Amino acid sequence: MRMKGAQIFVECLLRENVEVIFGIPGGVVLSIYDQLYDAPIKHVLMRHEQAAAHAADGYARASGKVGVCLATSGPGATNLVTGIVTAHMDSVPLVVFTGNVPTHLIGNDAFQEADIVGITRPCTKHNYLVRRTEDLPRIIKEAFYIASTGRPGPVLVDMPKDLLLSDAEFSYPETVSLRGYRPVVEADPHQIEAAARALMEAQRPVVYAGGGIITSGASAELLEVAELAEIPVTTTLMGIGGFPTVHRLSLGMLGMHGTWYANTAISHADLLFAIGVRFDDRVTGKLEEFAADAKKIHVEIDPSEINKNVPVDLPILGDAKLVLQQLKPHLVKMRAEMPPEWHRERRAWLDQIEQWKREHPLCYDDDDEVIKPQRLIEEIARVTQGDAIISVDVGQHQMWAAQFYRFKRPRTWLSSSGLGAMGFGFPAAIGAQMARPDQLVVAIVGDGGFQMTMQELATVAEHRLPIKVVIVNNAYLGMVRQWQQIFFNGRYSAVDLSLSPDFARLAEAFGIVGYRVTRPAALADTIKEAFSIPGPVVLDVHVAPEENVYPMVPPGASIKEMIEGQYKSPKTFQLT
Amino acid sequence: MNQTISLLVENKSGVLARIAGLFSARGYNIESLSVAKTDDPTLSHITMVVNLEPRVVAHLLKLLDKMIDVISVANLSDGKTVERELVLLKVRVDPSQRMEILKEAELFRARVIDVGSDSYIFEATGDTEKIEAFIELFRKYEIEEVARTGAVAMARGLTSPHRVTATGGSS
Repeated sequence: MRMKGAQIFVECLLRENVEVIFGIPGGVVLSIYDQLYDAPIKHVLMRHEQAAAHAADGYARASGKVGVCLATSGPGATNLVTGIVTAHMDSVPLVVFTGNVPTHLIGNDAFQEADIVGITRPCTKHNYLVRRTEDLPRIIKEAFYIASTGRPGPVLVDMPKDLLLSDAEFSYPETVSLRGYRPVVEADPHQIEAAARALMEAQRPVVYAGGGIITSGASAELLEVAELAEIPVTTTLMGIGGFPTVHRLSLGMLGMHGTWYANTAISHADLLFAIGVRFDDRVTGKLEEFAADAKKIHVEIDPSEINKNVPVDLPILGDAKLVLQQLKPHLVKMRAEMPPEWHRERRAWLDQIEQWKREHPLCYDDDDEVIKPQRLIEEIARVTQGDAIISVDVGQHQMWAAQFYRFKRPRTWLSSSGLGAMGFGFPAAIGAQMARPDQLVVAIVGDGGFQMTMQELATVAEHRLPIKVVIVNNAYLGMVRQWQQIFFNGRYSAVDLSLSPDFARLAEAFGIVGYRVTRPAALADTIKEAFSIPGPVVLDVHVAPEENVYPMVPPGASIKEMIEGQYKSPKTFQLT
Repeated sequence: MNQTISLLVENKSGVLARIAGLFSARGYNIESLSVAKTDDPTLSHITMVVNLEPRVVAHLLKLLDKMIDVISVANLSDGKTVERELVLLKVRVDPSQRMEILKEAELFRARVIDVGSDSYIFEATGDTEKIEAFIELFRKYEIEEVARTGAVAMARGLTSPHRVTATGGSS
């Protein structure tokens, strides 16, 4: 059947079962918006393209499906870039569509022209400039396939205006044929057996699990393997939700603001089972001293991550879920054959870890006069029972949420972890709420990051999205202030945000219920009340302005060298 | 240390930019580069020479292999390869030097491909060392211009590192 390019575009999205797209119209994509006018696809009109990309990202992280966003040429396209890089760094499947000026004007410095294919070449998994209308179905099919398979990532498809207006024969391809793209999924059985043996024979093993667990849907398998082999598990920032926070084998997060016991366990380990991770600098600290005494097994779907930062002893190329499934029967068999000494040795290692957890817990000084941000996170965890989707921004509040919330399930933690893009948390929550309309979505943001994308209050109001926005308001760019305090003699340069708006009243200006909380005594009840409101709510919580995130590994230092907080009467994070 | 990288890629726009971007983003220079289509016009063969640590090259090869448009990659720095480049060298000639210059060129099996009233253009092929030596020899004359292709390389024998399998994934 012959169709116009814009109609082909919409047909392709329907074939890919796209339900929601996030975007903003503009000159060269008018023909698409005309098709969307009565298409069975929900279009969410965002107020800035950066938020459209972040919302598509939040949708993908919360659902596991491909997130889709759409923008016009030039500024529309360039505004997407931060969101694209965020998705690229965190391996989130996105298909990003941009319009471009008509083919005959490309390269001519035409009105609203930008070389978005050139701009996004290094920050997409792949990208396309469509040259013929009849290529659209194949390219869109490939884009969704590439974005969602192997190590996922963003794929951009740039469509010149004239191609959307001209006719072509439409038929959607059944299969994809890419001779240069063959993602590996199943691992070599010999390596699996070697890994199983190493896991059982190690005396002080630790699992270091990352975003790959979430992406491959391997959290149930991870729990099984950890329990079978009796191995403690620490997750990266990206891996949060991949293993329950409260579990006898849980070490919480590792790295720069990881728990003392996770970093210490890593430093004492004789075997590191790294799965779905990339040995990021915020995790490892000084590379030479990271798990220096441990034999390293690295399970990874992307060959270019193996031996990138740390030489590994046993690399296993494969999908995390499949590898764990392959490991399980070996572990069952080996465990049954283990002598009693094995159980005693493993008990000794786990007892050591229990002792570290008791001696160096996450903690803070609570206060009756001023709300402590850690207390705020604990209250949110209590009210939501760990069942909410937590979408965070970037900075101190992000670290406190990572440390003090009690996660139960994967895809309930959305965080711009690799890029660390402030402004992510709120629009990502919009995408998550679109993906999971029945689930409680809480955007925990800082007063700095929120101001980077708070225009999306209009989007939330328009769709009556019942998102609960909690602003951890310390009137500073808090993480920068913390670094200035510790590393620059307390010279607070350009971090004062005390002249921010009254966020509760700002919310009201958008028709959204706003609360402002300043007293610890009112905190619990206000959260409970606010979270029981069926519509959107903004909760502006004024917290202790100069509270720091601890423990902290100074940049470039070994993870053995943690700065711990000094507390008078520490309230500890109970892992029960 | 110079390393020779050989790539089989889709013959499409943007592929070279993608590959070059991997190097430029890290501040790495490409010493030489040669690109042309193969016997199959949908494929191009790229030979690159880079001066980088073998460990770095190993990582870059993995990143290149990850690219959708890159079909296969190989490091041809193990010595079991043949490598050639071509140079065009234009030299100013004084009538009294004509015979001497031609004789010297012959030592390198360089061919004259253009004769002007006061110039020659030579064409020479060989490995990089030979080309460098050829240019070096002619420095005593007045070199007007040098254009080199950069190396092209191939593994010896029938063991090709580039095996093109029919198709990739499908869904």
